[in-house]
Amino acid sequence: MAKPLDTISMPVSLPFTLSLVGLLIAALSFVAGVSTAANFSQFLLTVMAGAGLAIAFAYALISLFDSARPAMIVSALLGCAIGLALGSAGAAVLGIILGVIAARLVFWVHYRQYRRGLPTYLTSNQVLWHYGFRSICGAIFIFLITPILVVLPLSFNAEDFFTFTPEMLRFDPEGYSLKHYRDFFTNNEWQRSFKNSLIIAPIATIISVSLGTLAAIGLSQSHVPFRRAIMAMLISPMIVPLIISATGMFFFYASIGNWLEGSLGFNKTFVGYIKVILAHAVLGIPFVIITVTATLVGFDRSLTRAAANMGANPVTTFFKVQMPLILPGVISGGLFAFITSFDEVVVVLFVGSASQKTLPWQMFIGLREQISPTILAVATILVVISVCLLTTLELLRRRSERLRGMTPS
Amino acid sequence: MSDTADTGPVLAADGTPLKRSLAKALRVQKTRALMLIAPLLIFVFISFVLPIGNMLFRSVENDIVEETLPLTIPLLAKWDASTGELPDEAVYDALARDMVVAVDAKNHTKLGTRLNYELTGMSSLFRKSGRVITKWDVDADAPFKEKFIDLHEDWGNIEIWKTIQTHSSKFTGGYFLNAIDMQKTPDGIASQPESKQILVKLFTRTLIMSLVIMMSCILLGYPVAWILANLPARQSNMLMILVLLPFWTSLLVRTSAWKVMLQQQGVINDVLVWLGLVQDDARLIMINNQFGTIVAMTHILLPFMILPMYSVMQTIQPTYLRAAKSLGATNWTAFWRVYFPQTIPGIGAGSILVFILSIGYYITPEIVGGTKGVFISNRIAYHISSSLNWGLAAALGAILLAVVMILYWAYDKIVGIDNVKLG
Repeated sequence: MAKPLDTISMPVSLPFTLSLVGLLIAALSFVAGVSTAANFSQFLLTVMAGAGLAIAFAYALISLFDSARPAMIVSALLGCAIGLALGSAGAAVLGIILGVIAARLVFWVHYRQYRRGLPTYLTSNQVLWHYGFRSICGAIFIFLITPILVVLPLSFNAEDFFTFTPEMLRFDPEGYSLKHYRDFFTNNEWQRSFKNSLIIAPIATIISVSLGTLAAIGLSQSHVPFRRAIMAMLISPMIVPLIISATGMFFFYASIGNWLEGSLGFNKTFVGYIKVILAHAVLGIPFVIITVTATLVGFDRSLTRAAANMGANPVTTFFKVQMPLILPGVISGGLFAFITSFDEVVVVLFVGSASQKTLPWQMFIGLREQISPTILAVATILVVISVCLLTTLELLRRRSERLRGMTPS
Repeated sequence: MSDTADTGPVLAADGTPLKRSLAKALRVQKTRALMLIAPLLIFVFISFVLPIGNMLFRSVENDIVEETLPLTIPLLAKWDASTGELPDEAVYDALARDMVVAVDAKNHTKLGTRLNYELTGMSSLFRKSGRVITKWDVDADAPFKEKFIDLHEDWGNIEIWKTIQTHSSKFTGGYFLNAIDMQKTPDGIASQPESKQILVKLFTRTLIMSLVIMMSCILLGYPVAWILANLPARQSNMLMILVLLPFWTSLLVRTSAWKVMLQQQGVINDVLVWLGLVQDDARLIMINNQFGTIVAMTHILLPFMILPMYSVMQTIQPTYLRAAKSLGATNWTAFWRVYFPQTIPGIGAGSILVFILSIGYYITPEIVGGTKGVFISNRIAYHISSSLNWGLAAALGAILLAVVMILYWAYDKIVGIDNVKLG
């Protein structure tokens, strides 16, 4: 109990290690027992056998080896042999992995390596809490990321199922195919909606970025009357529930559209695009305002004054001095606006007509009515796009920080 | 230098008093700022604020009755329903004249639909009558009272007339009453028949489920935000990707992913069956119910909780906790009395954000919610696109908007809209 602090690398007592490993394996075989055992005695036997085998295995490893590495090799070989005996290459690979993990775990526990990197004064309960807390966080991270990761392999499914087929689980190449991607790139409906998204999102982004940047510069001046009220109004498209915005726009844009078609004689499709683009531009504006004003907080006003002092007119000052410095913020605001429009479905569903069907709209129909796994292929493509956007944003953020570090404040 | 100080106001270089010159400069600055903001302000006003105002107006607008029956309504207003007698011939005559015009313009079915919200059967009454009335000659065929009652016995029913009289005003609170399962009847305000009472239930369900989603976001978000704020920068940046990737992934991708995970032939059920925890014929039903909506929306909104919490926790000095412990606090006391109170602004910001977003959600409940897990937004969409009861949709929208605006105001007070951070 009262061990001196410098004996951290000393092994803990053998019973501790053995009982811990035994408990762990007992818990695992509990699951196996619940699933396979026919009655209670069989179940008890499974749990006992699992725990007993594990304790024997751990005892053997600890008494035979002094360090983890040779133990891991032997254990991996053992796992490989068992896997081969069971008869498939997949089982052998799994056996090697499990063998390595098992041996590592035994030595990690026995030689107190779990205390490494932690303050030496922590009590055992605190150490336990430390790892318990990490496991909870790990579980939450898994919850966050699993749905996205599950979609990726399923999009290569050779069958029209939304779930893993036995072929896929056996890593049989037969089970995988690119047919859903082929469908996406050849199907007219998908292609048209993809094209529509690529028309609508960039134009809406340009509108919201140009107007939004100007307004953000105005808002960040020192004396703006009604600043709070203006800000509240400009941010409101982000806060008002989409369904309400969509309902309002549905009525309003219908009459605007009728007017444009009736008295100005515009083409119906063209008017449809205008309506959707304007609606999306409004939705993107709050994001531009927020990111650009945040960037302008770190902008040094004396730079524009210096430029004016040296004879530059306001337009030159804006493009040569201010714009290059706030560009990272403007671009990331633009990315937000782009993704908002690219991902938007409620408003376009209400405001647009069939000829403005966007990619999310098509996905929404697919999810609600005829379920086709092509959705998963599209989803994978969209995940890849968002990874690219995320990387760009991160690079921009770093650049912006670097720039700010250079400007005197 | 010294003489200006003695003789009067300080002058600027061009000779005007400095005070006035400064005021002018300030005015120019203010105008310039407003000029920069103006284009966007006008744009947002026209394409966002105005449409929403227009929608709110629709929730009280009721001029269709008076516009379709311009001659009948003033005459009907004088009729006293409490006598228990039918209106006199003059009203029937006016109705015949109005209906002939309305049938020509095909407006009578719209009126029928409008009045059908209040009294079932109105729609078919107007449709059936319209077919016959087109053949009438308003000047030659009088009197009309008998003719109307021959045409459809409902025209001799006093309830029909009472309903028209009650709902003839230009503006009405009727849609708002409908939105809270009440209705305006000739005898005053009453509650809807039992079978039609679903909206209050939907509102409560929306609120309760949003609260559940908010609570689960707090529970799941707090540890994650803590670990992100307390790990070394390199590791926390790596983990941050796991939070930001879902945040950046398309909403529909995440929703479809949850559909894949949760359905009966889906990934989770398959794994449970494979492990033997669930029998193959007793697969769990996790989708098309409230559970599905809560799980999927918690996942979708979790980053909105984590990010504000994280930015607050980052600013909390770890030395406070150590100081508390060295003064003899237990782990729990140190956390609860020292650390937790400092994180409350983050929790508040995240909670309001998540609550505002979830209360108006439409897409996810529509796809994974089935019938039991839908929100009030789905009802609004239903009234807009299927039942075409736009007035009721607008009233529901107005109530939802009021709730959100109150929360928005609270958010502005607590966090300040200028302090909203993204990513």
